[in-house]
Amino acid sequence: MFVDQPQARHLLRAKDLADRRFADALTVADLARAAHLSSAHFSRQFRRVFGESPHQYLLTRRLERAAALLRTTDWSVADVCMAVGLTSVGSFTTSFGRMFGKTPTAYRASFPPAAAWAMVPGCMLRANGRPRHRTFREDG
Amino acid sequence: MLRIANAQVWVHDQDEALEFYTTKVGMEVRADVTLPELGFRWLTVGPAGQPDVAIVLMAVPGPPVMDEETAEEVRTLTAKGFAGTVFLTTDDCQAAYEEMVARGVEFTETPEKRPYGIDAGFRDVSGNSLRLTQLIDSEPS
Repeated sequence: MFVDQPQARHLLRAKDLADRRFADALTVADLARAAHLSSAHFSRQFRRVFGESPHQYLLTRRLERAAALLRTTDWSVADVCMAVGLTSVGSFTTSFGRMFGKTPTAYRASFPPAAAWAMVPGCMLRANGRPRHRTFREDG
Repeated sequence: MLRIANAQVWVHDQDEALEFYTTKVGMEVRADVTLPELGFRWLTVGPAGQPDVAIVLMAVPGPPVMDEETAEEVRTLTAKGFAGTVFLTTDDCQAAYEEMVARGVEFTETPEKRPYGIDAGFRDVSGNSLRLTQLIDSEPS
């Protein structure tokens, strides 16, 4: 497949933008602008060079990040949805289900609790778990 | 073999710090877990391209972990910029600088050429110093 190198560089710039700014309200039109191409032409060329549509690429990046946040934070599903640049929890749940085969809540439940997954260090647990008020009858 | 996993900076407000490191610096959340029974929040962020290293955004604890006087000293040292520095590298210092400035990051030093590369500096919301360096390729050509 012949790929014009300067154009591939523009397409890569758009792909990098999706990776970098997926958490913002980024659209395929924004990506097309970064590549200096019209939306329709951009989508065709992006698919030709990277094997998937820019919409798929951006959504996959967001869902992959959402999955990580479900595993490693205790944020609500709605907060996770907003944190990856999506605004509709319903659409998020549907897209997530298509990719991971279960709802965000079920996905989270299939992993250890975030506190275990995130490996909160034992030293922190010990230090913060020290009883604040204690006497051993040594004060009197 | 030893590897660096996490390094910690003190922050005055974890929500404010999280907002700064993610939306302004461009890092991603690695872990955000609150253990309500301990009143403790484990919050880490890191660069998207470097999944095995993270910065812990640690709230200055109160008693019994840290007495109130010491906690106040740590908060003051952080605000005065003496609590440590995080050294970041980038492959394009000028571009990263411009992007962060556009997002509202306050730089203490604009990109300048140094013997080792191009270097800039900024502070986080609590006062911690961060360097942003584009290193000269040191590999022999």
